[in-house]
Amino acid sequence: MQTINQLSSTALSTKTSKRAEALTGAVMAAFLGLVMVWGVGFSHIEAVHNAAHDTRHANAFPCH
Amino acid sequence: MDTFRRLFIVAALAGLISGGFITVVHQVSTSRIILAAEVFENAAEPAAESATAGAAVSEATEGHDHSAHDHGAAAWAPEDGAERILYTAMADVLIGIAYALLLVAAYRIWGGQMNWRSGLYWGFAGFVAIVLSPNLGLPPEVPGTEAAPLLDRQVWWAATAILTAGGLALIFFGKRSLLAVLGLVLIILPHAYGAPQPAEYASVAPEALEHRFIVAATITGLLFWAALGASTGYFYRRFLKDAAA
Repeated sequence: MQTINQLSSTALSTKTSKRAEALTGAVMAAFLGLVMVWGVGFSHIEAVHNAAHDTRHANAFPCH
Repeated sequence: MDTFRRLFIVAALAGLISGGFITVVHQVSTSRIILAAEVFENAAEPAAESATAGAAVSEATEGHDHSAHDHGAAAWAPEDGAERILYTAMADVLIGIAYALLLVAAYRIWGGQMNWRSGLYWGFAGFVAIVLSPNLGLPPEVPGTEAAPLLDRQVWWAATAILTAGGLALIFFGKRSLLAVLGLVLIILPHAYGAPQPAEYASVAPEALEHRFIVAATITGLLFWAALGASTGYFYRRFLKDAAA
């Protein structure tokens, strides 16, 4: 009985850590996505603005 | 790290495909209108300034907010033609990967099964949050349009996109009916507050051109998000098959 309890608690903690790993990965992906949106669509650096100009206008990012 | 690596691969593939696809669409729609508007914009510039207008990107009317970013003659810009198209393609792919990362992150946090069709539904939600809702308050503009200070518009745009996405999430995933009502309130909130407006309304491009641009930017936005949704859904199913809950 004790062994079964130990096994199930191990399985539970494995599942929890897997879930935590997945959530961490998702949050990291979302953060990278936000940084990239900022870079392409919001950065005030003149050269970045000019390079992404037509994309910014087409995506209706506030521009100029 | 395994989840992040897989999500990144999915987003990179979807972003490359959707960004490459929308670059072609942009060239026959929005980019043509932008070039047409720049003819009016450059014509409206003082002669001295137009001497340096080979850069193709420059301010037109006086009274613009130049404090946020100054269009100095030294500022680099891609040459019209192949170089400009290449940079637009790069920016389209980068913004495609960026939006795809946000989509796949949401898929993983949600935890359900995905395919191209369910991805398409998410793409439509993204279109509403990122294109439709911000564009109601701040319509897509051709170069040479008078507008409120840049930072005010950027803050309003970002806040509207985030509130709309949050509102949609509450409507779709909220267990209680009250949460759906709260979701609607979140979507309406930025519009009730109102988008930043320019001190005076003016544009050097004809109104008909502006209207065509709003239609083109909205429809290409719909195509972009449909492609992003379907491709992220398809690749997510392939690369995160064993991902559940």
